[in-house]
Amino acid sequence: MPARALLAISFAALLWNCALPVSRNLEERQPPAKSAFDPALVRRGAELAAVGDCAGCHTRQGSAPFAGGVPLRTPFGTIYGTNITPEPETGLGRWTQADFDRAMREGLAPDGRHLYPAFPYPYFRHLTDEDLRALYAFVMTRDPVRSPPPRNDLAFPFNIRPLVAGWNQLYLGKDDVPRDAAKGTEWNRGAYLVHGLGHCGACHSPRTALGAEKRGEALSGGEAEDWYAPALNRASPSPLAWTKEDLVTYLRTGIAEHHAIAAGPMQTVIAQLSGASEADLAAIAGYIVSMMDGAGARPLGAMPEAPQDERTAMGRRIYEETCASCHDSGRTLSSGGALQLPLAVALHDPDPRSLIHLILEGVQPPPGEPGRSMPGYAGALTKEQVVALLAYLRTLAAEAPPWKDLDPAVERAGAGR
Amino acid sequence: MIARESRRRFLRETGALVAFFSLPCPRAQSQGASKALPGSLKGSPYLDAWIRIDREGKVTLFTGKAELGQGIKTALLQLAAEELAVPLERIELVTADTALTPNEGYTSGSRSMQDSGTAIRHAAAQVRALLVAQAAQRLGVSAESLSVSMGSIHALDGRTLQYGELVAGQVLHVQAEERSAFVEPGKRVIAGKSLRRVDIPAKVAGGVAYVHDLRFPGMVHARIVRPPSASATLVALDASEVERMPTVLKVVRDGRFIGVIAEREYECIRAARSLAARAKWEESASLPPRAHLYDALLRLPAEDHVIAESAAASPAGGKQVRAEYRRPYQMHAAIGPSCAVAELKDGKYTVWTHSQGVYPLRDALAELLAVPKEAVRCIHAEGSGCYGHNGADDVAADAALLARSLPGRPVRVQWMREDEHAWEPFGAAMVSRANAVLDASGTVAQFEYEVWSNTHSTRPGKAGNLLAGLHVAKSFEPPAPRPIPQPEGGGDRNAIPLYAFPGVRVVHRFIPQMPLRVSALRGLGAYMNVFSLESFMDELTLAAGADPVEYRLRHLRDARGREVIRLAAEKFGWSTWQRRPRAGRGFAFARYKNLAGYLALAMEVEVGRDTGAVQISRVVAAADSGEIVNPDGLRNQIEGGIVQSASWTLSEEVAFDDTRITSRDWAAYPILRFPAVPRSIEVHLVDRPGQPFLGTGEVAQGPTAACIANALADATGMRVRELPFSPPRLRRLFAAG
Amino acid sequence: MITLKVNGREVSVDADPATPLLYVLRDHLKLNGAKFGCGLGQCGACTVMLDSEAVFSCVVPVSAVGKRAVKTVEGLGTPENPGPLQQAFIEEQAAQCGYCIAGMIMRAQALLERSPSPTEDDIRAALAPNLCRCGTHMRILRAVKRASDKGSA
Repeated sequence: MPARALLAISFAALLWNCALPVSRNLEERQPPAKSAFDPALVRRGAELAAVGDCAGCHTRQGSAPFAGGVPLRTPFGTIYGTNITPEPETGLGRWTQADFDRAMREGLAPDGRHLYPAFPYPYFRHLTDEDLRALYAFVMTRDPVRSPPPRNDLAFPFNIRPLVAGWNQLYLGKDDVPRDAAKGTEWNRGAYLVHGLGHCGACHSPRTALGAEKRGEALSGGEAEDWYAPALNRASPSPLAWTKEDLVTYLRTGIAEHHAIAAGPMQTVIAQLSGASEADLAAIAGYIVSMMDGAGARPLGAMPEAPQDERTAMGRRIYEETCASCHDSGRTLSSGGALQLPLAVALHDPDPRSLIHLILEGVQPPPGEPGRSMPGYAGALTKEQVVALLAYLRTLAAEAPPWKDLDPAVERAGAGR
Repeated sequence: MIARESRRRFLRETGALVAFFSLPCPRAQSQGASKALPGSLKGSPYLDAWIRIDREGKVTLFTGKAELGQGIKTALLQLAAEELAVPLERIELVTADTALTPNEGYTSGSRSMQDSGTAIRHAAAQVRALLVAQAAQRLGVSAESLSVSMGSIHALDGRTLQYGELVAGQVLHVQAEERSAFVEPGKRVIAGKSLRRVDIPAKVAGGVAYVHDLRFPGMVHARIVRPPSASATLVALDASEVERMPTVLKVVRDGRFIGVIAEREYECIRAARSLAARAKWEESASLPPRAHLYDALLRLPAEDHVIAESAAASPAGGKQVRAEYRRPYQMHAAIGPSCAVAELKDGKYTVWTHSQGVYPLRDALAELLAVPKEAVRCIHAEGSGCYGHNGADDVAADAALLARSLPGRPVRVQWMREDEHAWEPFGAAMVSRANAVLDASGTVAQFEYEVWSNTHSTRPGKAGNLLAGLHVAKSFEPPAPRPIPQPEGGGDRNAIPLYAFPGVRVVHRFIPQMPLRVSALRGLGAYMNVFSLESFMDELTLAAGADPVEYRLRHLRDARGREVIRLAAEKFGWSTWQRRPRAGRGFAFARYKNLAGYLALAMEVEVGRDTGAVQISRVVAAADSGEIVNPDGLRNQIEGGIVQSASWTLSEEVAFDDTRITSRDWAAYPILRFPAVPRSIEVHLVDRPGQPFLGTGEVAQGPTAACIANALADATGMRVRELPFSPPRLRRLFAAG
Repeated sequence: MITLKVNGREVSVDADPATPLLYVLRDHLKLNGAKFGCGLGQCGACTVMLDSEAVFSCVVPVSAVGKRAVKTVEGLGTPENPGPLQQAFIEEQAAQCGYCIAGMIMRAQALLERSPSPTEDDIRAALAPNLCRCGTHMRILRAVKRASDKGSA
């Protein structure tokens, strides 16, 4: 499950907790009938829910859809995705459209409680009424599941909800969705989806110590569950410039032959995006590619004849004996073959975390679905061998500086396995 | 255990051919075929074709059937041990071998117990009777006064004769009788018991259990470099560099057939990869469009066979229900890619193979190699489970062709994963349409069913059935595909409903032209037809406002069928089942081929509409396979069939673009993994002592698919008629409402 | 020559360093337990243990093994004298064709060594990398459970 990078809470505003409006007669309401919603609106809501990756936090693998329980491990503790099925006791069954809109835009539950900004209302507040209506129709027509979410496990003072009000005061800017009429409808739709419903910045933007997106650095690279989430702007680490077509294919299938195979947190995002509309995916891809502005086209590295040091030489041997049979050029034995490594974006990231996870955990398609696979090498290679391999692979990213502190990084990733 | 040890010794000793080809072996030949004899005694009527006893009393049992992991060795040994009154461990079993055993065709169609089990039980009972008669004569007492145990015959006065003392001369070389006196059901101590399988200890501890494990002195390894697609032609091959590799013994090229032989296995694989990179192919877009596969199939010319027709008056204003069902190409997808070892020595070939039919394979190889049949001996050795006609025969042909180029060295060929996934003959894609008219009470008045299908058997017999036969320069024409006739049927297997419908018309629309190479996959057309018919029964149940179990019983006259339906419903708790959110229950029933084993299934599933995930929470099965020889073995087969069919049904389809098969590994062709297999499976057996054995191996394939479809519909209100019910397809369907 | 410790014995093999461990076990050391299934680390038929970890021997080059102890199913017992986990598979008759079983046993062995009393969900999750095509899953789960309940792993 992808942890939306955490948006946390502020100490600074202990006193800011103002009186909040409370939705009335909550207990007496009955969930609306499914038939109350226009099926076309529900279908549109499904496409939008795919863009918003609601399932990423609200559907636990192998469990009932949208019934919550997905643990989001954050620097502040563990928060569990809530039950958003229309079940009256433990889900959203009693919520009105107004309650839903307020939660999405302001981060407030109908009873006035603050929702933690791990729920990305700082992004969702940009949603149009039209999209919120569709999402509400979608949510309220899911199969109701009675399933109380597990209690959050947050350290003090992050477990004090009213503090969130202060956080909101500090970090919710006026409007961070770029608009430019000159760039056309699709571009503007893309900007709206990327910065709003898609909340791409939750992982792909750098964060402050309190988990808020750093101002002015949107999409310049972030993290999710100890994976590096690459920059989606001019700082894009991809050695080849992304085309819109490649990015649409990637968002649809998780496979971009010249860049990456989706893994880790992005894999669940992709699994959802397969349900998004063509138009929305094209808008997202078009906008991101315009943000990247041709980034890439860096020279690819070739291994120097004599490796600089013993560790790199060892890494090269490991590559040749372990990886090359799939990753070397011309190998198309398995379905679709493997990425040719100098192109793999993870080699060019500013830190090695994603590559470490890829090597240790590999890539597996979602259960029962076709995809690409790579075996994980945790246990198969020793930590020393993984470190050497990383050092060697980094030399393939010719212009990038070597990664530092590989030993503790591998140790940490291995321990979290 | 002894059987296993002897088998190992046997394999070792028969590494040399000479002894066997010089033996006259009339026992193994079919002669004097007599129709009235039971089971495979029809084709091999002499008792000593099945059972031989030497002077030391050692019993050797012969079967033309092969162990495929279904436990047939153990079941046959049980039957023989019971009727011969010999401890099971003292019997050596020789399975499918063209030099030694009866020709029982293929080990397929859930027929091993009917064919070989029946023959062996009769042969064993008759051998015992012959020996008792011999002993009576020798001892001067009446046969009735003698008793038999542990391979000895005892007189009332204490005198004892060992079997070995009674077999002098050709005493067992006599034709079988039609009838036998079996050990009475109540007195059986071996048959009917859940004995542990004889093959399992070696399989759990790294013994020599598979053809893959055979190692002969001087054996070398080979790999095949296949074309990238079925219609690809070889433009150029630069083999010189590979031929110069010190580890490479030989590169063989014959038309599109390319192989490489090396001393060591991994060196061979590397050489094959190198060779593959140096081969240039020209490919053409000759596959049907995947997105419109079923339309493409329906457009191909078809031969219509009306296989059932009975007229009935149509009720005025009766409710009509129609539906169309679809099944994609699916794979056998053995875990272990196909493997064979072949050796050419003194002009004769020996081929160790996991083929399901050693005799038909021998015939095909003889044609391929242009040698007389007597110059080829095929010996069965176990492979990874095959579930029908997979790459087993093809790899045997590969090995034989390569052995021809390196006489005196046994050549072991194992396919790589992508060879198996891309080149095995698939289970055929199919389309069916059902149409029924209900009378005022909701009961079926008229029923029509059509099924479109390719053939379901392109098994060898001819060189044109072998992949290598299609790829060599002087290629062989594949025999024209033919439908397998009723009552067993191929694409139309189980197309005729067992239910008593007043008006019935069933048409098999046989499509000779094969866009993809296909052949027998466990259950053949029954998987699709039972999926269709039993899904349709639930659609009719819904239209009639009835209960699925009651509706089936209302239409079924067959008493044994009714009993398994009642038993499954009762054990499942059908009438007391409580509906839970997201959960649904389903029911399905079939008698395999309408003449083999009966199976009824009740199942509960949980469905995530938004994830597209279907989790089977509970399965209850009730089966009637006639007399049971090994109850646990039967359960194992049924459990396995349920899980395998669930995998086909929930996730499997061959993927291809306009040129190539693209599902070439497990990532592109996912099958069920542990977290997704059913939470529980119960199998209840109805034993029928004294009744004929009914095949079991394939009974679960069709009912499982329909049962999942019915439970899915019950849980969600969505009737899914196209296989597989994969998460992406279900998500799309549910999203579309 | 590469030196390995396999099932408690030191062995030396003359193999290219890139040779996957699987082929060294089968071809050089003539062990049957580890099976070739896919060569891609997708099916688990080749599973063996390296120290305490279950690994796909088809994707581990022999050169990477180093001093780590290799354990195959032959190291747990023999057909005549099976080890506790093997015995549990026999008692549950947890095989059909059996081609996947040696790999299953090794993956289960690694699980039981680190977690002697796993829940059914633990066992399902641990065995997820290994494929069985015959559908023997229910019996395999019972066999692993049986071995764990005895605490004999």
